[in-house]
Amino acid sequence: MSLTNDLIKQRLTDKFGEQVSAFSESYGMLSFEAPKEINLKVMQFLYDDAELRFQFLTDLTAVHYPDQQGRELAVVYHLHNLVDNIRIRFKVFTGISQPDVFTATRLYESANWMERETFDFYGVNFVGHPNLKRILNVDEMDYFPMRKEYPLEDQTRRDKDDEMFGRGGSVW
Amino acid sequence: MTDKFQSESNLAFPGEVHPSPTGGVLVSKLDDVINWARSNSLWPLVFGTSCCAIEMMSAASAKYDWSRFGFEVARATPRQADLIIIAGTIVNKMAPVLKRLYDQMADPKYVIAMGACATSGGPFFYNTYSVVKGADHVIPVDVYIAGCPPRPEALLHAMITLQEKIKSGLTREQIRSQKPEQSF
Repeated sequence: MSLTNDLIKQRLTDKFGEQVSAFSESYGMLSFEAPKEINLKVMQFLYDDAELRFQFLTDLTAVHYPDQQGRELAVVYHLHNLVDNIRIRFKVFTGISQPDVFTATRLYESANWMERETFDFYGVNFVGHPNLKRILNVDEMDYFPMRKEYPLEDQTRRDKDDEMFGRGGSVW
Repeated sequence: MTDKFQSESNLAFPGEVHPSPTGGVLVSKLDDVINWARSNSLWPLVFGTSCCAIEMMSAASAKYDWSRFGFEVARATPRQADLIIIAGTIVNKMAPVLKRLYDQMADPKYVIAMGACATSGGPFFYNTYSVVKGADHVIPVDVYIAGCPPRPEALLHAMITLQEKIKSGLTREQIRSQKPEQSF
């Protein structure tokens, strides 16, 4: 019997009940969220369970939703079961005024640098991280560049029009 | 023989030959001869930060072969290099490293800014939080090349331009010593 999305969802709801929510499947990949207080419990369960065996952290990043009051930042974990070759997406949301999320470095070694990157660009404070400092940007930077606090590029700019590069464009 | 040495080209050996029955006497200036020697043996630093470095490697390869012009001894240490080709984007975090590499190079030293990023920031000129808008904010540049990335021929042209620049005049240090009020 191979592991399916329905089975994973069943195991999670059996274990955590109402606390795991917002299940969805986009392009066949199971996605769900949980309160940030239990992110390590959920991942520990996914890691240790004899059937689930999500023992590889493929990706860890964040998303900024400036319009969601009180849950502006989503931390996204992509977990991989290497035995059954199944991936899932796990999200926790946090407010931007106190963006504290427990670190996953005890569970997944690969979380170390990815949490540093997420801190660098989104300012998520990973509580318990062994070395939480900027990894890609200069240490002197005093803001988090990937937050949606900065204006988008001027949409009326014409110097980047495809027409300028000899391949069509809007002026036709 | 005299024709060869008295050619108008900047690439010829400096000085003029006075013929004599047994051959000839070359009269030249030591500064010019030193500049000639320097220009024909420029050792580039192995330094590339993005896709321009691929074109730089291509220029070093057999097809374009920059060793035809005296650039074949690419050095992996700044202490032995004469020339740094800034092949790629310089980000804020790289800027102090680039400055340190330049400072570690022995005089006389030369800089080529290869491509749009090294010249001006290029495609990252607007709306960037990390890119230095031109490597000349960090170190002085002798020759700029346009292109994104420039073809190997363009790099070779820039290198030959640098050779002619070296042959045609003083080194930067000599120029600087003549202008004490110059601010950098």
